[in-house]
Amino acid sequence: MSRIARPLALYAVMASLIVAVGFIQSWTVALSITNLALISAIMTLGVNIQWGYGGLFNAGIVGFAALGGVAAVLVAMPPVTDSWIAGGTNLGLAGLAILGTIGAAVFVRGRTHGRRRTWATLFTILAGYIVMRIFLDPASDAIEAINPSIQGYLGGLGLPVLVAWPVGGLFAAGAAYLVGKVALGLRADYLAIATLGIAEIILAILKNENWLTRGVKNVTGIPRPIPSERTFQTIGWVSELGHSFGLSPAMTAAIANRLGYALLFLLVLGTILWLAERALNSPWGRMMRAIRDNQDAAEAMGKDVTRRHLQVFVLGSAVVGIAGAMLVTLDGQFTPTAYTPLRYTFVIWVMVILGGSGNNWGAVLGGFVVWYTWVMAEPIGNHLAAALADLLPAGWLRSHILDSAPHLRPFLMGMILLLCLRFAPRGLIPERRAPSTRKPEVN
Amino acid sequence: MNMLVAENLTAGYGGVDILHSCSFAVGAGEIAVIVGPNGAGKSTAMKAILGMLPLRTGRVTLEGADITGLSPQARVAAGMGFVPQNDNVFPTLTVEENLEMGAFIRRDCYQDTMESVYALFPVLREKRRQPAGELSGGQRQQVAVGRALMTQPKVLILDEPTAGVSPIVMDELFDRIIDIARSGLSILMVEQNARQALAIADRGYVLVQGRNRFTASGETLLADPEVRRSFLGG
Amino acid sequence: MPIRKFAVPSSEAEIPDFLNAIVLLANFVVIPATAYGAQLALGALGVTLVYSVLRFANFAHGDLMAFGTAATILIVWLFQGWGVSLAPLPTAILALPLGMIITCLLALGTDRFVYRFYRHQRSPAIVFVMVSVGVMFIYNALTRFLIGVDDRRFEDGERFIVTVIGFREATGLDQGLALRTSQVLTVIVMVLVTTAVFWFLRSTRTGKSMRAYSDNEDLALLSGINPDRVVLVTWMLAASLATIAGVLYGLDKSFRPFTYFQILLPIFAAAIVGGIGQPFGAVAGGFIIAFSEVALTYAWRGFLTHILPPDLIPAGLVQILSVEYKFAVSFLILVIVLLVRPTGIIRGRVF
Repeated sequence: MSRIARPLALYAVMASLIVAVGFIQSWTVALSITNLALISAIMTLGVNIQWGYGGLFNAGIVGFAALGGVAAVLVAMPPVTDSWIAGGTNLGLAGLAILGTIGAAVFVRGRTHGRRRTWATLFTILAGYIVMRIFLDPASDAIEAINPSIQGYLGGLGLPVLVAWPVGGLFAAGAAYLVGKVALGLRADYLAIATLGIAEIILAILKNENWLTRGVKNVTGIPRPIPSERTFQTIGWVSELGHSFGLSPAMTAAIANRLGYALLFLLVLGTILWLAERALNSPWGRMMRAIRDNQDAAEAMGKDVTRRHLQVFVLGSAVVGIAGAMLVTLDGQFTPTAYTPLRYTFVIWVMVILGGSGNNWGAVLGGFVVWYTWVMAEPIGNHLAAALADLLPAGWLRSHILDSAPHLRPFLMGMILLLCLRFAPRGLIPERRAPSTRKPEVN
Repeated sequence: MNMLVAENLTAGYGGVDILHSCSFAVGAGEIAVIVGPNGAGKSTAMKAILGMLPLRTGRVTLEGADITGLSPQARVAAGMGFVPQNDNVFPTLTVEENLEMGAFIRRDCYQDTMESVYALFPVLREKRRQPAGELSGGQRQQVAVGRALMTQPKVLILDEPTAGVSPIVMDELFDRIIDIARSGLSILMVEQNARQALAIADRGYVLVQGRNRFTASGETLLADPEVRRSFLGG
Repeated sequence: MPIRKFAVPSSEAEIPDFLNAIVLLANFVVIPATAYGAQLALGALGVTLVYSVLRFANFAHGDLMAFGTAATILIVWLFQGWGVSLAPLPTAILALPLGMIITCLLALGTDRFVYRFYRHQRSPAIVFVMVSVGVMFIYNALTRFLIGVDDRRFEDGERFIVTVIGFREATGLDQGLALRTSQVLTVIVMVLVTTAVFWFLRSTRTGKSMRAYSDNEDLALLSGINPDRVVLVTWMLAASLATIAGVLYGLDKSFRPFTYFQILLPIFAAAIVGGIGQPFGAVAGGFIIAFSEVALTYAWRGFLTHILPPDLIPAGLVQILSVEYKFAVSFLILVIVLLVRPTGIIRGRVF
């Protein structure tokens, strides 16, 4: 019974915490927290697929989230025709150069052996890279020269932004496949280091390849799937409905807009959660857990562990990519500098561990709890610092303490992670174990 | 007088007893050998004697002193030397460093002991600057035995020292073990190669299903028709 | 990196032109890469020591470096306030030992209250990695609390041993060469420290017991090696190395906490390239990563201008990767090593 009661109670507490924000602060804030918590929960689900099902440590979540985000730009923004005219040809040639390099590398590898094979492959790739650059550099210069203050990039495909969500998943899955191919099958911490690296590179590309993403100049005005607040204000029945609750039209529109996103996100979260639960309880899910719990035994039984790991790694990253695209959709802009590993990799990890690794409902709850804490850490930190500073005379120490309030966040995250790993390693909602593997309760 | 005595040992894993009131003893300068079929509880007996398993009943004494409550490390300090079956050297350390690590708990000068180990295993002196991991299987066993001798133990306990080495190396190793015993050390070993081991044993213990089945001198056991039939293949 | 203007090469001046090319290379590639390599080597040595004894990739190492540097900078400020200095050397050298002690205490405290529990539980390596992420957050918060998130320069004393102008005047070459105090200091300290660490591991009783423990934990315990002592010494070495690496890096470039998180990638790459768990490999790996990074992000046109006939000089910058992608180099080398020789150049532990 408590298997149902405990999660229910925890979810109820979480919901009331958010409702409390609605009453005390404002409903728009409560809904904003909910929306970001929903996206966090989806990312957490993705990571939980990797960690909870497969025991894989992905230290590059931020990179996969950013790849999802760039999908929103490339899918939804209108194409910049002038840029395509200016740089399209060279860009196409650069693309051909990449394909040619891959072909040449495969060809060379087929004809060489051993150490020579390594060097020949490296040399081929280097040569191909140089050829690619010969076309890419002028293309990039030409594109970036087109109306640089608002464009200077290729734009996107002009498709509905919702299309970007699955595309974001595909982008992240593709990157995950490449990393997984290299780093899986080795020590578990090599994957962590490799993913840390790929994330740095993805972020560097997104920040510096202006022709693709406008780089640090950001892409703003990404089309929205939900009518803007201003549009909502013009819809009569919405304003009236708000009025009957005693809300101003502006407030009503703000709430309606956020509620729209919340429902959309909830739909995605529900779908992914349903699929994840089904997968977990399928023979495939049982096999994954068997591999995680005893890799040697699974290998001895003839399971291709590395292949299975690659599967969960790609799947989990795809979910993170979807969430990344949703995040950019919610913001309506793509800001490469906003992607910091602390916020998008390690905080997600805190969510997974706190929620309960291996349990999808736990992961979702973890997303909510930790995001809520993250948001609340700032006002609480300010209050704490102010209270502490009040006790002190004006001076260096006092101003230092006031300045230090924002640093409460990482401290709190670290504390949650460490305390949880130590005292509740199975998280708020522990993984349900199959009866056969459960240890006898009494000796 | 008996150097090491283990009486009525009952022990096992997770509530299931593997050993049932087994007793072993080895006198000063003697070689005692525990043999038996696979799964008879030989390694469990070894772990129980070394303090790596909690005992349900029984006690272990060394030179008359009760050491039942001591940890494996404390037993080493009290005078038990142990050569595990696998992973019994430090592979990236040189032979000499392996021996030094054997003498880690000693605060006095251990050069003499090292000299006597080199005298016993001359090939180790030759290879003393080489990493132990690069040696052959037999030489590695010599390093392992040498490492255990560095504490100047009163009893040397060996877990299947000849597992996985060639017959020639095995004979050589048994000869060295006899040499060690002649120098006054007591030796207790668990062996798979029952016939060869019993041939050098002053005492032999045949263990079956966790119980002492036969206990006698090695010679007697080798001559016993029932032992021969059941355990030595005729 | 903007390329300086240089004189048009003329046919009579072939020999000095060759010298110019070498000076250019030394100034922009060899000297910076050597200093950077030394910093990475010290960082990787710490990572690899923790790895070989405690058996996990310590994600908190970058932030431990940041903390050590922050602590040292605070002491530098204190000394500067008192008017204490080591001129012409930077005050940081004087403050470094104190910074190391503080960082050691932090690392030992962390071990006592965090890692020890998991060691006694014999938790799997990945749990340790996860725990080190939690520790990373805490160190990060501590560093920010101590010193904030801004860029800090704390290099004082005589900045240059050789200045560009001084070099040009002395040699009459077109190309200048600068040699900064911090660069020379970095290399000297690195040589002294790694020699000391290697000597310690090779020749002292404690050092040997650390290697023994790393080789075969069970046998080490049976031999009476005290695991708590081995772990204690390992953390002290790792914390000291982290502080030294962090301070030298900060002197050479500047101190910004986030940079120290980013440097984790090249440090891990150096440790893996060298064969993780292999101290000598880690040092070699540090230099391999540093030289590759600098060479691949350097614009070679200036160098080629000096050595090629005028009509063969390429039009472009001849820069393989722009500087923004320097972390990609570590990653590429890491990938190549994982693909070709996962054990690293000196065989480390893979499983």
